[in-house]
Amino acid sequence: MSHEHVSNTRRIWLVFALLSVVTTVEVYLGITRPGFLFMHNFLSMNLLNWVFIILTLYKAYYIVWAFMHMEGERSSLRWAVVGTVIFLVLYLLFILLVEADYVYEVFKNATIKWNF
Amino acid sequence: MGATVTNANSAEKTWGGGNEPMGANYGKLMMWFFIVSDALTFSGFLAAYGFSRFKFIDNWPIADEVFTHFPFLHGVEAPMYYVALMTFILIFSSVTMVLAVDAGHQMKQKTVAIYMLLTIFGGMIFVGSQAWEWKNFIKGEYGAIETKGGSIIQFVNDKGERVKLEDFAVQLPEDREQLKRSNGRWFMSEDPLPTFSVTEVQAGFKAHPELLVRTEKIYRDTKEDQENKKLQPGLNHNKHREILTRAESDIMVGNAHMVVEGANLKHNEYGSKLFADFFFFITGFHGFHVFSGVIINIIIFFNVLLGTYEKRRNYEMVEKVGLYWHFVDLVWVFVFTFFYLV
Repeated sequence: MSHEHVSNTRRIWLVFALLSVVTTVEVYLGITRPGFLFMHNFLSMNLLNWVFIILTLYKAYYIVWAFMHMEGERSSLRWAVVGTVIFLVLYLLFILLVEADYVYEVFKNATIKWNF
Repeated sequence: MGATVTNANSAEKTWGGGNEPMGANYGKLMMWFFIVSDALTFSGFLAAYGFSRFKFIDNWPIADEVFTHFPFLHGVEAPMYYVALMTFILIFSSVTMVLAVDAGHQMKQKTVAIYMLLTIFGGMIFVGSQAWEWKNFIKGEYGAIETKGGSIIQFVNDKGERVKLEDFAVQLPEDREQLKRSNGRWFMSEDPLPTFSVTEVQAGFKAHPELLVRTEKIYRDTKEDQENKKLQPGLNHNKHREILTRAESDIMVGNAHMVVEGANLKHNEYGSKLFADFFFFITGFHGFHVFSGVIINIIIFFNVLLGTYEKRRNYEMVEKVGLYWHFVDLVWVFVFTFFYLV
């Protein structure tokens, strides 16, 4: 495992600039909450939230790949780490969120008021 | 010390621990696997938060209304700015960390030390900022009433702007003494008393006819919502909390059970009780990670100063703590999204 010990400083600053820009965009959207995104839904979540989630994953990719230097690792290590996490998290989210939506319906249509 | 760092991959060492099928040595590989398990822990917390939020999707607090403080800007509504600043601080400390790792590859002891020190400062500023955020969250700003049914109601004026309890509650000649361990008959005590009693808030509400009640429920602008006679016309907007008419507000205030100021694990003035629990738990757990990261960074910083890695001719320890530090930053990116943005 002999990394070439050349300086990556330029790339590091470029990634920092990118992360800063994405964060600024997120904060801007979070404060203004533009109606054309905020008021329209896709898969029972509004488009603005989808934008936030996609931008977050984009940032996460750069942190893991550039800062944690995943791009320089072997593909076996990449898959062992990233593949495992992505699979389990998607599974967990699917189970929990579907269940939560069901519980919400139960509360909503119940004859007993639970919060008044 | 050279024996702890194995870079060799020769055939004789295959059964002696020198084999590196993933191209990363033992320490680094274990750091990655620790990160996987820790990532799953955080995902569990965030998924549980998502569960509760989807379950109570109609009455979950709106983050923009909760986190509105910025240092030295008293009374100015500044949603998001402070957490955005915290995010930048953490991302920047990640940058200094990766620069330290980069300098380590080139065996520049002094540069590594300087960047490590900057990283440590960044981490400390972040933890301090989080403490300040917690302080504001715990102290609260407007105050609210919890009804007998367990829901939180807040007060707005006829323009729909939030009104603080202290701005309208009256002072009654009541004397309610705090129950302490020292004067209880048995081992009894109670939470600190709020500034106002329920009767004082109710009397104040009666004396101010312009006040209205804002409930936990979020207005969705459906046909059903539009025809709802209980809602104050003109003040309800899509995806904002419902504001009741004066008559309905009177009923809600009459139903008051206790005054809530700020937040603790049992009650909070922002709305759903779980919201505060998750806030304390998730940001607290993340803050604890940052704190431990700072401690580990300090240890490594001193090792760099002492020349440990110079003697080893290898700065891989810096890389390993760097992995942990970036992971903490990575988690914050997600916490930021799911607590403050979404």
